[in-house]
Amino acid sequence: MKRYVGRRLLQLIPVFFGATFLIYAMVYALPGDPIAALGGDKGLPPAVRLAIEKEYHLDQPLIVQYLYYLKGIFTFDFGVTFSGRPVVEVMADAFPWTLKLALMAIVFESVFGIAFGVFAGLRRGGVFDSTVLVLSLLLIAVPVFVIGFLLQFIIGVKLGWLPVTVDRSMSFKSMLMPAIVLGAVSFAYILRLTRTEVARNATADYVRTATAKGLSRPQVVTRHILRNSLIPVITFIGADLGALMGGAIVTEGIFNIPGVGGTMYKAIFQGEAATVVSFTTILVLVYIFTSLIVDLLYAALDPRIRYE
Amino acid sequence: MSETQVYPGQEHTFSDIDETGLGAVDAVPDDRPPASLLGEAWRQLRRRPIFWISAALILFSVLIALFPWLFTSVDPRYAELSHSLGLPEPGHPFGFDKQGRDIYARTIYGARASVAVGVLTMLISVTIGTIVGSIAGFRGGWADSLLSRVTDVFFAIPFVLAAIVIMQIFKESRSIWTVVVVISLFGWPQIARICRSAVMEAKQEEYVTAARALGSGGLSNMLRHILPNAAAPIIVYATVALGSYIVTEATLSFLGIGLPPTIVSWGADISSARSVLREAPQVLFYPAGALALTVLGFIMMGDVVRDALDPKARK
Repeated sequence: MKRYVGRRLLQLIPVFFGATFLIYAMVYALPGDPIAALGGDKGLPPAVRLAIEKEYHLDQPLIVQYLYYLKGIFTFDFGVTFSGRPVVEVMADAFPWTLKLALMAIVFESVFGIAFGVFAGLRRGGVFDSTVLVLSLLLIAVPVFVIGFLLQFIIGVKLGWLPVTVDRSMSFKSMLMPAIVLGAVSFAYILRLTRTEVARNATADYVRTATAKGLSRPQVVTRHILRNSLIPVITFIGADLGALMGGAIVTEGIFNIPGVGGTMYKAIFQGEAATVVSFTTILVLVYIFTSLIVDLLYAALDPRIRYE
Repeated sequence: MSETQVYPGQEHTFSDIDETGLGAVDAVPDDRPPASLLGEAWRQLRRRPIFWISAALILFSVLIALFPWLFTSVDPRYAELSHSLGLPEPGHPFGFDKQGRDIYARTIYGARASVAVGVLTMLISVTIGTIVGSIAGFRGGWADSLLSRVTDVFFAIPFVLAAIVIMQIFKESRSIWTVVVVISLFGWPQIARICRSAVMEAKQEEYVTAARALGSGGLSNMLRHILPNAAAPIIVYATVALGSYIVTEATLSFLGIGLPPTIVSWGADISSARSVLREAPQVLFYPAGALALTVLGFIMMGDVVRDALDPKARK
């Protein structure tokens, strides 16, 4: 087990460097000249330009610039934006929004996805099962932004049940609808995954044994069927946190949330390399650590899996 | 078992042949060759109404994408502001959008971009993913480690954000191909992973050992025995993925970084419908509905094919 964790950690190191370098190279290739933009219409004197290029190592080749950037990351120096604001501050503004949004979405999709999936799986082929299956496919087929528009229009504007956009205090009520929209597709996946697993396990031999030895139906379902069915579901949920944080941009745009997606979108269009690269680095780290935790969780939940 | 002599006390030891399932075994003609996996899958599929519904949806959307002029004679780009947000009238069954363009014609012509992006992305992703996945799964060792880490790198990068950066790099020369390349760039790793594990599983099978014992070389073994048996999960995933690539294209167009505005696309139309949702919901409804039905066709097809190819899920 210890050796397995060590090997996984070692495998993740090249992934970290590969991912951050790719992002760095992509941002490097972005068109536009942000230094010239600093001078406005008058333009920068060549000496000032040279000084700026020297200060930020822009006169060096790509790989050297990347190494300087890595050095900054490991000393927790994420650089400054064009207006001189430390990127760390920008991150401190944006990440709490997206993190809260993603966590609320995870809670929503897990609770409802598993509940619906269990009921559908236990009565495979029934009316509830068929309805839920078709609806979940529809959720996957309709783009997130259409779901967002519709919910915002019907629940927010027409019915007035929930706020249309998010307020600055990040209140639960105003974040509820965005969280549901963000988690909608994963909800459908969790539902289908749970249903398949429950339906498969419900006919397994150990379930028959459990019933035969006199356990009540609720005991069989919770102690035997659910426990075994939830292993792949939990690994899916774990891996979803990183995906939701990186993919929240559309939802954030619809509900006017000043989170990671919106900040990055603006930064990309303005050529704010430091912001784009730093934000992505954090997201890469989130992905790497959640996938490591998922692996360990898998081992802890399923004793049949042995890691040498 | 009429000829079996039943002694007193043995009445319940033997059950009658009709009470057991053995009759069904006897009923199978043994002069016919056993059904192949594909033949069996096809027999399963034919009985499922969802298969026919999704096949019809796919056929219909491909037909519209190939020959849009068969379905409408109106120019989807012709705009007349006096018709802005106009209600349906004869010859214009869906009404008009904000620019006064015919929604029906735009919905019909929008199919081409979506289906083209979906099909092309799927072909490229499957080609790259299958090559990388089968090399990793078949060779194992350092080749597997290297290719698996490369695959992981693409999983670790948040897709939408990377797509925005890449589309921004090519903002002067955006076309269907840039969108296809960007989605494929992040689409192949998933297929490589599926193909790798399928190849690793098929490699263990006895018929592969037998083929090797008979002197068949690595590559011919791979192409003739392993890959055909590893193909099922790839085909299933590729069908579902085709639908999700179409959704991705719409998302990119929604973010304003997808197809250039000269190309009629559902994603761009949905995104521009947002500002008029309160006055004219139909402007959103038709492109979104067409997109959903097309994607639904591919997803349902993948789902039903998976059930048919998985003998354990039958009954």
